[in-house]
Amino acid sequence: MQTAQETKLTINDESPKFDVESIRRDFPILGREVHGRPLIYLDSAATYQKPQVVIDAVSRYYAEDNANIHRGVHYLSQLATREYEDARVKIKRFINAAESHEIIFTRGTTESINLVSNSFGRKYIKEGDEIIISAMEHHSNIVPWQMLCEQTGARLRVIPINDAGELLIDEFIQMLNPRVKIVGVVHVSNALGTINPVKRIIELAHSHDIPVLIDGAQAAPHFKVDVQDLDVDFYAFSGHKLCGPTGTGVLYGKTAILNEMPPFMGGGDMIASVSFEKTTYNTLPHKFEAGTPHIAGGIGLGVAIDYLTGIGLDRIAAYENELLEYATELIGAIPGVKIIGTAREKASVLSFTLDTVHPHDIGTILDQEGIAVRAGHHCAQPVMKRFAVPATARASFAFYNTKEEIDKLAEGVQKVTAIFG
Amino acid sequence: MSDINELYQQVILDHNKKPRNFKVLDTANRRQEGYNPLCGDQLVLYLEMDGDVIKDVSFQGQGCAISKASASMMTAMVKGKTAAEAEVIFDEFHRMVKGEMDPATEPHHLGRLTILAGVREFPARVKCASLSWHTLHAALAGQDEPVSTE
Repeated sequence: MQTAQETKLTINDESPKFDVESIRRDFPILGREVHGRPLIYLDSAATYQKPQVVIDAVSRYYAEDNANIHRGVHYLSQLATREYEDARVKIKRFINAAESHEIIFTRGTTESINLVSNSFGRKYIKEGDEIIISAMEHHSNIVPWQMLCEQTGARLRVIPINDAGELLIDEFIQMLNPRVKIVGVVHVSNALGTINPVKRIIELAHSHDIPVLIDGAQAAPHFKVDVQDLDVDFYAFSGHKLCGPTGTGVLYGKTAILNEMPPFMGGGDMIASVSFEKTTYNTLPHKFEAGTPHIAGGIGLGVAIDYLTGIGLDRIAAYENELLEYATELIGAIPGVKIIGTAREKASVLSFTLDTVHPHDIGTILDQEGIAVRAGHHCAQPVMKRFAVPATARASFAFYNTKEEIDKLAEGVQKVTAIFG
Repeated sequence: MSDINELYQQVILDHNKKPRNFKVLDTANRRQEGYNPLCGDQLVLYLEMDGDVIKDVSFQGQGCAISKASASMMTAMVKGKTAAEAEVIFDEFHRMVKGEMDPATEPHHLGRLTILAGVREFPARVKCASLSWHTLHAALAGQDEPVSTE
């Protein structure tokens, strides 16, 4: 196996210039207009746009191969099963999991985390136990644990962050003790862009035999994730943030730990045999995949991963970094702009506020210019509270965005300033 | 195409910058919280009722220019009115911002509130404009629970 370092060197030596114009042509939606202006889509942290190959894969599946999986002896069922399971293998390679059965299909990151909080939580977490999360979690990595705490009497503890939006690792070290049963931390903050030192966090937790769940929703699209190198116990991410269909997601889990966990939902496909006296559960990954899944979505996600790896995650990361630096400088220089989230390690998310102008007003004015940004609390209200802002405007950049679009964003923000005087 | 200047008129920007009746009302005998969970806008409305009459009214909170200006203009509008009169205006206002009533062609009691008619071109912002009115409606009904736009 090639290491990440080797891959990077090869690419740096040989790769041609990042041809963003050619990439943009892969995304039909980027050709449309909004309010009579060309769409400038700067909301990829909410969901990525889809390349034509993914749209075609979903459409082709329904047009040509549609059948239920893992059930039929007939030709189409076997074909659909193979395509769906091929997608699982692609995902396994994408995050360098050891086994395909460690890849569990879900509806998204939220469901992946709920699977762990319910299944792992039910078995291992009791009254008086502790669960550690961080102050920059998305609501989807807060609420499931709070619900578990309410049910069990366990206690939720929160790793604090500094003014730049970085985790205070020393505080985390102090929080580790035998009562802690799981640590759940976000890899990349959706509201701040911070890339957390998850490998270090996992090492520290493991030194106390505590398993770790990483919310990778915002990380997986931006750079190469290697679950074996991280030695992570659970890694959750969404298909729709990888240019795949909505309603698809993944939970990676280590075989040993998944085998010990009870099923999450009961139903078809997750059983080996059922009688009214006793049901025997299926093996991994099917134990955690009750009911007919989003087959077309899973296949589409496989194609999306092929597409992303075709471009190269290292090249995507390098290009997006360029965009982030450019935008940080340009937008940060506008009088009245305050950037929220200034960590040293950041993904291409630019959250900002503008003097006395509320982010919703920024969002509406930019929208009229055809520019899509997110305005609000980004499902991370504790982060907003930490920075004492009700909301932020957030521009997030993907590999299909351009510096020209960031210029337009800057013009838009200046127009907001002009309107509000 | 909807014109952004239609939405952010000078009067609205002025109310946003210097909201009227933006304070805690010491003489209030009713207090109602309003909340828009989608965007996090929240306000607290204070009413001093004298029988059926809104003798005094004020608000506090945080939100966008549209929600703040709308709340500010609402307090100025309903002060001195009866609850029934305020409810009529609430209904007309709500229909106006949803685009169900055109103040240019239909009779109404909205007065200068028609300046917020531009909101109807921005469906995402209707809740911003109506949050304070929903809160007033709940306060007049004597509701205890915080009111939500959802």
